[in-house]
Amino acid sequence: MTDSVSKTAQGTVIQASGLNLTFDTNDGPVHALRDVNLEVGKGDFVSFIGPSGCGKTTFLRVMADLEQPTAGTVTVNGVSPEEARRARAYGYVFQAAGLYPWRTIGGNIRLPLEIMGYSKADQDARVKRVLDLVELSGFEKKFPWQLSGGMQQRASIARALAFDADILLMDEPFGALDEIVRDHLNEQLLALWRRTEKTICFVTHSIPEAVYLSTRIVVMSPRPGRITDVIESPLPKERPLDIRDTPEFLEVAHRVREGLRAGHAYEE
Amino acid sequence: MRQSLIPVLTIVAAIFAIWYAAAVWLNAPWARDVAARNDQSLSVTELVAATWSQEKPKLPAPHQVAVELYDTVIDKKVTSKRSLVYHSGITLSATLLGFALGTALGFALAIGIVYNRVMDKSVMPWVIASQTVPILAIAPMIIVVLNAMGLSGLLPKAMISMYLSFFPVVVGMVKGLRSPDAMQLDQMRTWNAGAAQEFLKLRLPSSMPYLFTSMKIAMAASLVGAIVGELPTGAVAGLGARLLAGSYYGQTIQIWSALIMAAVLAAVMVGTIGAVQRLVLKRMGMA
Repeated sequence: MTDSVSKTAQGTVIQASGLNLTFDTNDGPVHALRDVNLEVGKGDFVSFIGPSGCGKTTFLRVMADLEQPTAGTVTVNGVSPEEARRARAYGYVFQAAGLYPWRTIGGNIRLPLEIMGYSKADQDARVKRVLDLVELSGFEKKFPWQLSGGMQQRASIARALAFDADILLMDEPFGALDEIVRDHLNEQLLALWRRTEKTICFVTHSIPEAVYLSTRIVVMSPRPGRITDVIESPLPKERPLDIRDTPEFLEVAHRVREGLRAGHAYEE
Repeated sequence: MRQSLIPVLTIVAAIFAIWYAAAVWLNAPWARDVAARNDQSLSVTELVAATWSQEKPKLPAPHQVAVELYDTVIDKKVTSKRSLVYHSGITLSATLLGFALGTALGFALAIGIVYNRVMDKSVMPWVIASQTVPILAIAPMIIVVLNAMGLSGLLPKAMISMYLSFFPVVVGMVKGLRSPDAMQLDQMRTWNAGAAQEFLKLRLPSSMPYLFTSMKIAMAASLVGAIVGELPTGAVAGLGARLLAGSYYGQTIQIWSALIMAAVLAAVMVGTIGAVQRLVLKRMGMA
């Protein structure tokens, strides 16, 4: 305990060591995660990339206390994921926006605030602030069906930002959106990360997205799900979209691709 | 509205045409018998006129039912035992009480089934079994048993209504309360929401469309239950009593007017639920 507290002081937000997770299925046990070790520092933007079945979503769900590891330990903010969840330490953005159709955009963002017992005035202020943050001011009174898919996903990010969680866990939040909307949202997400200094864990299977967004890229491979490479990005914090044409960017992307390929070669 | 007027009127006209034709066909033998006994022969127009104006026809013509309805609905005082409004009121009160009890019971069972593993495994088969028992068989026993316990009048009939109307509510609400997907439930977990918050903010609103659909079926079933509940009590009052008395004395016109009254009652009540449904779902942004 004291050990992890001192680590937090040094800036470690998430720490996983010797993490294993096996699902019992009808076809026998499936190794979703094997021997996963990782540290995520405060203010990091970490992407998890890999083919489906590599355990990237499972890992994120373990951090969120939505899955229980079969062996190994994870700490979030120095405590167990369950304690972190109870302390509302993270906001989780799912692949689908998951807005309630019977609530307005404002009402949807208010939902976690109501559950957490924020005062009415505080709720109003927070809804306004996060709507500004995701550039959706003026849409507070609209219903979800009146918004495009990209706008709905932005609203769901706003909802995850509305309470004071330092950690943002995002599970392929832009996976269902088209390339153009995606580029735009990536840019906005980076700007938001710089402004709020949150720690973000981001699951994706797009190489350009991972390289463009991250300070670190965790390459994973399937059967059993494991980490094959962790790449520190040399790119600056300030990243215009056309950074994707620079040699540095392409080099990182190349290394990610190599890592993904190596994971596959190991398999076959 | 205007586009649907002509098709609707066409269907109504067709129904009346078939009805009148059927009345001629079914009542003609009697009309011919009467004529034969009086040594008369009937022309086609006389035959048709005779089939549409019998006192106890096999199938009364629409206008005969209309006249009976006018007599018993408009002409009689509401407090009169011969007023159909009086009888409808009695059936309606049992229907509404039974519907309220049935909806409450169905709602409670659904919550139990969704939240309690033991109830989930054990209750549903009994709920389904309860509906396979013919209501006509069980209704007299409910009346007799409750009478022995000193309960008579409205409540026994309402119990039979409840017996029929809780079923669609259980089935619909179990489905409705389970309609949030795994992601929405995970989301609630990430916010560390309690069971009550999950129920009030997610499960209950998600189940609203199911609730209203179930309530429409429950309302119709409830009316059937109330009418069936009036049969074994010896036909004292209510639409069921009118049906029973009508069949004792071969008063087909009275039976048909009671049937029409029951149909109108059901249509109005189901329509009311539909209106509330539209209002609620519209306010919830779901319609």
